[in-house]
Amino acid sequence: MGMTMTQKILAAHAGLEKVQAGQLILADLDLVLGNDITSPVAIKEFAKLGKDNVFDKNKVTMVMDHFAPNKDIKAAEQCKMCRDFCGEKEITHFYDVGKMGIEHALLPEKGLVTAGNVVIGADSHTCTYGALGAFSTGVGSTDMACGMAIGKAWFKVPSAVKFELKGCLRQYVSGKDVILHIIGKIGVDGALYRSMEFTGEGLASLNMADRLCIANMAIEAGAKNGIFEVDDITLDYIREHGGAEPVIFKADDDAVYDEVITIDLDNIEPTVAFPHLPENAKTFDEIGDIKIDQVVIGSCTNGRLEDLVAAADIMRGHKCAENVRVIIIPATQQIYLDAMEMGLLRTFIECGAVVSTPTCGPCLGGYMGILAEGERAVTTTNRNFVGRMGHVGSEVYLASPATAAASAITGKITSPWEVMCL
Amino acid sequence: MKYTGNVIKYGDNVDTDVIIPARYLNTSDHNELASHCMEDLDKTFVSRVQQGDIITAGQNFGCGSSREHAPIAIKASGVSLVIAKSFARIFYRNSINIGLAIVECPEAVDGISEGDKVEADLDSGIIRNLTTGKEYKTEPFPEFVQKIIENGGLMQSIANGIIA
Repeated sequence: MGMTMTQKILAAHAGLEKVQAGQLILADLDLVLGNDITSPVAIKEFAKLGKDNVFDKNKVTMVMDHFAPNKDIKAAEQCKMCRDFCGEKEITHFYDVGKMGIEHALLPEKGLVTAGNVVIGADSHTCTYGALGAFSTGVGSTDMACGMAIGKAWFKVPSAVKFELKGCLRQYVSGKDVILHIIGKIGVDGALYRSMEFTGEGLASLNMADRLCIANMAIEAGAKNGIFEVDDITLDYIREHGGAEPVIFKADDDAVYDEVITIDLDNIEPTVAFPHLPENAKTFDEIGDIKIDQVVIGSCTNGRLEDLVAAADIMRGHKCAENVRVIIIPATQQIYLDAMEMGLLRTFIECGAVVSTPTCGPCLGGYMGILAEGERAVTTTNRNFVGRMGHVGSEVYLASPATAAASAITGKITSPWEVMCL
Repeated sequence: MKYTGNVIKYGDNVDTDVIIPARYLNTSDHNELASHCMEDLDKTFVSRVQQGDIITAGQNFGCGSSREHAPIAIKASGVSLVIAKSFARIFYRNSINIGLAIVECPEAVDGISEGDKVEADLDSGIIRNLTTGKEYKTEPFPEFVQKIIENGGLMQSIANGIIA
């Protein structure tokens, strides 16, 4: 019986020739990640072991992105705790304000993850790096502490669902629409405990921003990880960003999948997930007039340069609708700089949007765009749970950057096809 | 390990944002987190939860964020055990790692009502509804996971040389 991509990577990191679904293993880690919310808990756990150093100072990274630049005194103290720890342990990859970006946009950009890696992060969206052909999964702070101490983590080897992608995305349709469509189809626990493996000729039409976005939201289907078959697009990206030598793991021809789902990219339409679960996916034939109060374009899901380009293409020459606050958050300093040089920031500001320094802020209802009771937001983030972006009586609608931009102009949830007269 | 308590019952897809809203994640103090536990789902939880109470819930309990603050808040609020139809995977491993007892048993969840008194023996895998007298059977944890729990969580397991 053959192995899936994920099983092969895990076997190689556990020193085993073969693993099978359900097996418990201890795997070597290539990178351990934490942020300013989860790391303080991990640091306290780590201290209990009385170890002087982390297992490898080049393989631990902390990114101050959730409540940074510090939103209040408590957040400042949490960041200080991380800063002091990383200073004391001489952690190479510590990213503070000025260097930091949203973690899951930053790490691939900095070349810290390559194909074939095993990565854990104390953040549920760590599954993003599956786009690079790595096994990458979110864990809690205690797992992070364990990872920092011994460079290993325990895993139950997952079974997998294979997504066979066919065809090519239409104009103004992106990876976000694909993953919202998939979650709408299989549900928020449709891939619970399992891998989502993406393969097929349709991969050729997905750029890295699309793939990172799709892998990012694997967790919203309950998956342990999302992973893409490595191709030239992946390898070019890793090379351009100075990543370590990729190791390519391909699923065996006789690998066993719980299910194989074919996704025809030609048929994907702009898709919106309604409150209060990402599985409430609707296309515009099912969406009436829904007025909105706020738009957020950014996050680890959709704050990349391609996302900002897509939004700017739609917003250029228009004005944001009256009474709609539009917040644009480039995910990293490099993306911010590139967007500036390309004139995108001017487009956004002239349209009436604000552009923020990188932060996770509004996505999790932290700061920088909290909603009042009864308010509605269209956002490119990843969760629309009750109270996710503010008051328990507010509503979050998840969409692509193009749909969010179109909605910003009209003041109601709007398809980019409508605004661009397709 | 045996747990006895009164049941507080919730539905499907209870997410980590309602278990502990992100606006309180600027602290990792256990008691402070407990004081906001379930706030966005059930404002009465904090005032009515008693030491030893048992939460039952539907599918996918703990979905969403990786925040360990969620099982910490539940444990620190006095809850001794969570019985659900299924758990989201990060919440599941976080609970094991911090020593919050959890068990999957769809039949028990369907057969137990809010306020029932329940006794669960996780070694034998028997859940008994003391109010109705009905019994339910669950799968015991794999041996490796059992060892982590017996050693008081993941960090203690490392300290004890169980994992190296």
